[in-house]
Amino acid sequence: MTGARPHPLLWIVTGLVLVYLAVPSLLVVIMSFSGGLFLEFPPRTWSVRWYQAYWSSGSWKDATLRSFEVACAVTMLATSLGTLASIALVRLVVPGRSALRALMVSPVVVPTIVLSIGLYSVYARWRLIGTAAGLILAHTVLALPFVVLNVTAVLYKLDRSLERAARILGAGPLRTFTQVMLPLLWPGIASGAIFAFLISFDEIVVAMFISGSHPTLPKLMFDGIRYELNPVVAAVSSQLILVTSLALLGSAWARRRTERAGE
Amino acid sequence: MRAWSRAGQALLLVGPALILLLAVYLYPLARLLLLSFTGGPDGAFGFGAYGRFLESTVYTSVLLRTFRISLTVTLVCLVLAYPVSYVLSRAGSLTLRVAMVFVLLPLWTSILVRSYAWMVLLQNNGLINQLLRRLHVIDAPLRLMYSETGVVIGMAQVLLPFAILPIFASLRNIDPRLPAAARVMGAGPWRRFRSVTLPLSLPGVAAAGLLVFVQALGFFIIPALLGGSRVITLAMVIESQVVDLLDWSLASSMAMVLLVVTVLLVVGFDRLLGLDKVWV
Repeated sequence: MTGARPHPLLWIVTGLVLVYLAVPSLLVVIMSFSGGLFLEFPPRTWSVRWYQAYWSSGSWKDATLRSFEVACAVTMLATSLGTLASIALVRLVVPGRSALRALMVSPVVVPTIVLSIGLYSVYARWRLIGTAAGLILAHTVLALPFVVLNVTAVLYKLDRSLERAARILGAGPLRTFTQVMLPLLWPGIASGAIFAFLISFDEIVVAMFISGSHPTLPKLMFDGIRYELNPVVAAVSSQLILVTSLALLGSAWARRRTERAGE
Repeated sequence: MRAWSRAGQALLLVGPALILLLAVYLYPLARLLLLSFTGGPDGAFGFGAYGRFLESTVYTSVLLRTFRISLTVTLVCLVLAYPVSYVLSRAGSLTLRVAMVFVLLPLWTSILVRSYAWMVLLQNNGLINQLLRRLHVIDAPLRLMYSETGVVIGMAQVLLPFAILPIFASLRNIDPRLPAAARVMGAGPWRRFRSVTLPLSLPGVAAAGLLVFVQALGFFIIPALLGGSRVITLAMVIESQVVDLLDWSLASSMAMVLLVVTVLLVVGFDRLLGLDKVWV
């Protein structure tokens, strides 16, 4: 780079800020191996008792399964709805295109607490409180913007002549879609899908209102820390950090593979 | 005929997403809007709920506190994010990659995990107070938990990546020939920064400020866990109106105020500067 190298003081500030960003996640991992009954840092004794407590508890297991099921369904629903809509928004002449695009991305902006109480009031009438279907639909709304943003970003860069060539060579719209567009869109769809999964799996405010008597994992964690500092939460958190890190490594690996395939 | 089938095709593709958004997104919001106008005596139509909200000193002080916290968090984020983005925009590719892991890691760590960590750190006998006491900076523990300070510390940590990314992008996009030209013409490092780099990065700073401020306004989890009943924000009042007091018209009017302020800020910003340009 041209220009002067940043002042050493700026490097120190940067280092401190990065520590500030990383410290909470790292501390939780260390504390999760604490042997004491109360959370303390640094722990005086070490054990895996909170991990054992998590794995032997029915309610934690149920909540984890619930979150996993919901997140998987959200991933499939949001990815398919979002991909189809993105293709129409970028490739076809749709009346009110920019308004539609704004609508699909807008859930990012709406404060979650506002949408949550709106859903709570509507779901109470529709008897959807406490149902998996209700959570899946609500989380799909929250995940849709990320699928649309990721897929349209790839679509805008895609060479249209490839689709035209497929059509000229006699492929129908469906075949053009499955054999030409889908493989090319794959990186955008995949990152949209990862976003969708993590958003649903991690979502707390909507779940707090509408998960009813079938709490999701974040809901159970929230209850575990709002009124007491339950150390099991530290063990759950550490495992979540591990799983998301693996998912992200996986996505980075997939992206590198598609980039290589494109070379 | 052809145009018709094209429109039909488009409808077929957009339709499913549109139906979902109409049913579980636009309809619930419209219902809140309606509920917010049923606050008159005996549930009559009117602005009664808005009146109760904005005329009560309790609720206006909550509103003021929410704005104050959001503004403080925004300032803290910008002040911390700028030097980091500046250094990273000049760093080698390895340093950049490692630092980006640190910046993005929190985005992928559950907000509950981080609140939990802050609760342990900020307690009266938590790590920060212990450290300060051992260094003889303080005698009695600082009240960090259940205070605005704690809420700001927790929220700024969550929102910092949203400030770093746009500022970094805008600094990266500055043509390196511009500061170089300023140098040739005799500008010192401080002058180069003040007259060239800083003005060119302002759109990124503005976008960062907007992203942080708008999200901070609606924050619920961090204030609820780190502030508790001592630092009540608008989102927390909305929750307790619905869950504890069942006052739907008041809760809806508050939600509408929060929604309208948020949307106006985002749309206004988009009109002025264009969100697409800065959010790369």
